[in-house]
Amino acid sequence: MADTVTAPITSVEEPLDLVRLCLDEHIYVKLRGDREVRGRLHAFDQHLNLVLGDVEETITTVELDPETKEESVHTTNRKMDMLFVRGDGVILGLIPSILYTAPLPKKLDNHAINLFRPPRERYETPILFDLSKD
Amino acid sequence: MLFYSFFKTLVGQTVTVELKNDLSVVGTLVSVDQFLNIKLDNIKVEHEDQHPHMMSVKNCFIRGSVVRYVHLPPAAIDTALLQDAARRESQQSTATAKA
Repeated sequence: MADTVTAPITSVEEPLDLVRLCLDEHIYVKLRGDREVRGRLHAFDQHLNLVLGDVEETITTVELDPETKEESVHTTNRKMDMLFVRGDGVILGLIPSILYTAPLPKKLDNHAINLFRPPRERYETPILFDLSKD
Repeated sequence: MLFYSFFKTLVGQTVTVELKNDLSVVGTLVSVDQFLNIKLDNIKVEHEDQHPHMMSVKNCFIRGSVVRYVHLPPAAIDTALLQDAARRESQQSTATAKA
C-alpha cells in the first residue's frame, strides 16, 4: 500500500490523472461568466480549485449599441502573478500546445490523450462506413 | 485539504479576494477553514467610489463559496513545493479511492 502511494503514477486511469500531468505546464482554463485564464498550473485538488502562475485572464462581454441595435464583442485582458481559482467556476481545462503541435509531449503519450489530438489528425481518420453513398 | 494547508501558510500575507459579484477586497489574511471561508483584516475595497457603503468596514468574513479568485503574493509561495504537494495529494486520493 505504502509503495503504491510513493511510486510515481504515470498512467492515465481517471480524469484527474490528466490534470496531474498538466502540473507545471502552461494551461488554458475556461471559466463560468465568459472568462478564460491561461497560466502555469502549480496546484489542483478534486474540486478543481487551482493555483496558477503568470496568469492572463480574458473576460468576454457583449455590448448592445442602443441606437443601431448592433451587438459588439469586447474582450478585456488582465495579468496576475499568482492566482487561486475556486473550482466551482471551472468548466474545462487543457494544454493549448497539444492541440496545435505534434508530436505529443512524451509524458502524455497515452491512448487516453488521443481525445485531445489536433482536429487535423481526426479528419484524416479513414471513414469506415459512408452511408451517403447508399 | 491541500488548499486549506496552503492558505494556512499564507496567514499574515496581504491578499486580494475577488468575489463572484465582482467585488474585490484587499486585506491581511487572518484565518481560513476547511471550506476555504476567509477572514480578512484592514480591508479596502477596490474601486471604493463604486462601493462607498464598504468604506467603514475594517474587517470581514467571506464565505468560501462566493469567492471567484484569490490574488496571491508570489514571493510567499514556493511553487516547486506546491507542485509536489499537489502531486502527492492527487496520488493519495487515488489510492484511497481504490482501497
